[in-house]
Amino acid sequence: MSGISSARGDLRIDHVSKSYGDFTAVNDLSLTIPEGSFFALLGPSGCGKTTTLRMVAGLEEPTKGTISLGNTDITFTKPYQRPINTVFQNYALFPHLTIFENIAFGLRRRGIKDVKEQVEKALDLVELSHLSSRKPTQLSGGQQQRIALARAIVNRPALLLLDEPLGALDLKLRRQMQIELKWIQKEVGLTFVHVTHDQEEAMTMADTIAVMNEGEIEQLGSPADLYDNPKTAFVANFLGQSNLIKGTITGNDGDNHVVELFGQKISLAKNRSHAVDNSILAGIRPEKFRISRLATPTSGNILSGGKIEDVSYIGVSTQYQVLMPWGQELMVFEQNDDGVAPFNVGEDVNISWEAGFTFALRGDEDAEAGTEVNPEEIIEDDE
Amino acid sequence: MRTVSRWFQRNLIRIYAVIAFTYLLIPVGYTVAFSFNDGGRSNLIWKGFTFDNWMNPCGAPEVCTALSNSIKIGFLATLFSTILGTMIAFAIGRHKFRGRSTTNLLIFLPMATPEIVLGASMLSLFLTLKINPGFWPTVIAHVMFCISFVVVTVKARIASLDPRLEQAAMDLYANEVETFRRVTLPLVAPGIAGAALLAFSLSFDDFIITNFNSGTMTTFPKFVYVSAARGIPPQANVIGSAMFIIALAVVILGQIVGRKRAVK
Amino acid sequence: MSKSGISNPRTPYLLLLPGIAFLFTFFIWPIANLAQTSTQTPIAGGDTGEYEQTLRWANYLDAFLENKEQFGRSFLYAAIATVAALAIAYPLAYAIAFKAGKYKNVLLVLVVAPFFTSFLLRTIAWKQILGEQGVVVPFLRDLHIIAPSTTLTSSAFAVVAGMTYNFLPFMTLPLYASIDRIDPRTLEASGDLYANGITTFRKVTLPLSMPGVVAGTLLTFIPAAGDYVNAAILGSPQTKMIGNVIESRFFKIVDYPTAAALSFTLMAAILVLVSVYIRKAGTEELV
Repeated sequence: MSGISSARGDLRIDHVSKSYGDFTAVNDLSLTIPEGSFFALLGPSGCGKTTTLRMVAGLEEPTKGTISLGNTDITFTKPYQRPINTVFQNYALFPHLTIFENIAFGLRRRGIKDVKEQVEKALDLVELSHLSSRKPTQLSGGQQQRIALARAIVNRPALLLLDEPLGALDLKLRRQMQIELKWIQKEVGLTFVHVTHDQEEAMTMADTIAVMNEGEIEQLGSPADLYDNPKTAFVANFLGQSNLIKGTITGNDGDNHVVELFGQKISLAKNRSHAVDNSILAGIRPEKFRISRLATPTSGNILSGGKIEDVSYIGVSTQYQVLMPWGQELMVFEQNDDGVAPFNVGEDVNISWEAGFTFALRGDEDAEAGTEVNPEEIIEDDE
Repeated sequence: MRTVSRWFQRNLIRIYAVIAFTYLLIPVGYTVAFSFNDGGRSNLIWKGFTFDNWMNPCGAPEVCTALSNSIKIGFLATLFSTILGTMIAFAIGRHKFRGRSTTNLLIFLPMATPEIVLGASMLSLFLTLKINPGFWPTVIAHVMFCISFVVVTVKARIASLDPRLEQAAMDLYANEVETFRRVTLPLVAPGIAGAALLAFSLSFDDFIITNFNSGTMTTFPKFVYVSAARGIPPQANVIGSAMFIIALAVVILGQIVGRKRAVK
Repeated sequence: MSKSGISNPRTPYLLLLPGIAFLFTFFIWPIANLAQTSTQTPIAGGDTGEYEQTLRWANYLDAFLENKEQFGRSFLYAAIATVAALAIAYPLAYAIAFKAGKYKNVLLVLVVAPFFTSFLLRTIAWKQILGEQGVVVPFLRDLHIIAPSTTLTSSAFAVVAGMTYNFLPFMTLPLYASIDRIDPRTLEASGDLYANGITTFRKVTLPLSMPGVVAGTLLTFIPAAGDYVNAAILGSPQTKMIGNVIESRFFKIVDYPTAAALSFTLMAAILVLVSVYIRKAGTEELV
């Protein structure tokens, strides 16, 4: 059908802002999503990720900036004129139409000829061919989720948007769908843009993740980049957990900085520091730490004078809280694979880790940023 | 004894419901029963069973003229009030605009005004404008008092509609018109149908407003009211019973169709 | 509530225009016209029904003083009928919502079913059932429950009972709608938290069903206060309501100004009562 843009290519979001009255939901956002990638927008509720998605879908208009697909500016085109489809949160399946007609909806609007064949192919892909004559209300949550996916990808859009697609499913089903979604993305070769507040979901599926906070992108990169070398305290805390310790750069040693943490010296690779001056927050992931009894020799970076405060046995690992002499509690995850007897509450210990795992943030950052998540916000992310 | 009293206690509310329904339906049963009465003109006392009244429903003078007037008025009032009311309901339910609360008040006021005031005020306007009461003034009066009920009914349905469904349609290449035709309208349709049914039954059964604005034209309720003094002919009972049966059949059929659709 | 954020700002006004224009012409204008008529006086030497505008506000006082008995009766009867209908409808609505199981829809149809027979036919049916030639009166007389001279029709009791009956579905449906919305688990939770049946009803069920109570009582009280059909069929000259007076002023006496003044007073009184009631009941969902 005429009127629908045939644009293909990378999605470019260029200096886009969106305000509602005094409230700025998205602030001067620029982003390029390469064709064929699985891209995740990750952030807590109210960070502007859903608004961004809705602007890409055409359901909201940006206050400022442009959005383009390939070389075509689509900032103000209507949703039905964009080669972009959405898997809605809670699916939004049409309750008055059968599963078949739900999936055929977009094909029919575009005046496609072989509707039946394409719908059947899409149903095959999600393995629900036997349900084609049912109504959406007769399907389980997981089945509805797949139909919503089939309804979108049957149109072979240049871009598929997924708005918290797995939010309504239980944990087990969510894991299974994560794997399936990734497989389908490879199979059909479409660009997927996935919005979620669930860091595990984003890391499992996406090639590239943009972490959003308060309407801006905090950091963009592969899941491994973001996890191993976060740039901000928000990213360090929102993706997994981090121990952030105040420190000062006191000297240089080749490619490394010498850093003083409350009187104890450690080493930090210069290219892993995002600090702007000598004041830093040294970051170490809890599973990178090793705990040792005082007498045991250790290598790498060492912090001594710890005392075990709390022990939780999780099965694959044991989690410790270690109180340091300067009053901070550090989180340590130890794999239960070394045959060393677990440590007891009250034991005096040293903590060590390989120097290469240290990262550093600006010293003036709030070490707690991104740790507090309001439980209400996890349930519904609807701006 | 104890089990009896416990049974009674547990089923108290059910027993109550049975009594309440009996109370509600006794006059209906009476009306239906006396449609078979061989009672002649006045139909006050049971004189014997007959099908004559049903075979000859227009047997009493005027009764079928009154009925056909009522049906015509009901049909026109339903048509216009459903169209106007549905448009208002969409405006209120789907859009933000200046004057929304004033509009809501304007919809509420006719419902909070006693029928006699509505009827009297319209008659007084028609008299001022030197328009004679009759068929069209009655239709207009009926449209007026039905609109609010249509708005309220349709608005409730629109409010229960997930806006994401319309967004999904737009996302799937349906433009505004197609989205309305293929998604919004089919989903709101049961509400509109219910509103139309309500409008028709309000209009068909209206006496007070009609009495003020119909002049010498007779309608079915007017016919019943006027003939009440000298006894209602059994044909009126036949028509009342037939309406009851038809309406019940429509409702039950609607339920069955609705359920079939849901299952299929 | 433009949900998509993208819609023509003129659309709502275009949708509203025909309906609102209609309501202005055939609701607001008639009411304004009625207000105008209410202060007219007969043209000196004119025919019956010929009036001129003299802004005689005393019409209101005259009309009210002349008919204060009927006014009082209208509001009293309407109030009793409303309370009676609430008492009958609440348990019924509760039973349908919580105890009917799969018969819910059937019972709802039964509540609406009486609507389908003309309300006049049903009111007259009551008159005949309870009248001298019906079955009830002779039966009660034989049992000496009522005196031989007592009648059930042509009495205030019959008028109130008739109104209660006629408006019962208007009370039951909104009550059902709001009781049905109550999550039964909240009632279980109340029981779990040491509330007995009566306390649960008072503290949980009733407050949650308040919107239905308000809607139902308004839908019953407003038409009942302006009703004259029940009084005409089931009553006597001693049970005349304000509706009967307005009707006869219009049609029999052709006294338009008094009829208009009475109508206006009735409407104003009802609006004042309704707004006080809505405020007291603390729900503005209706408007």
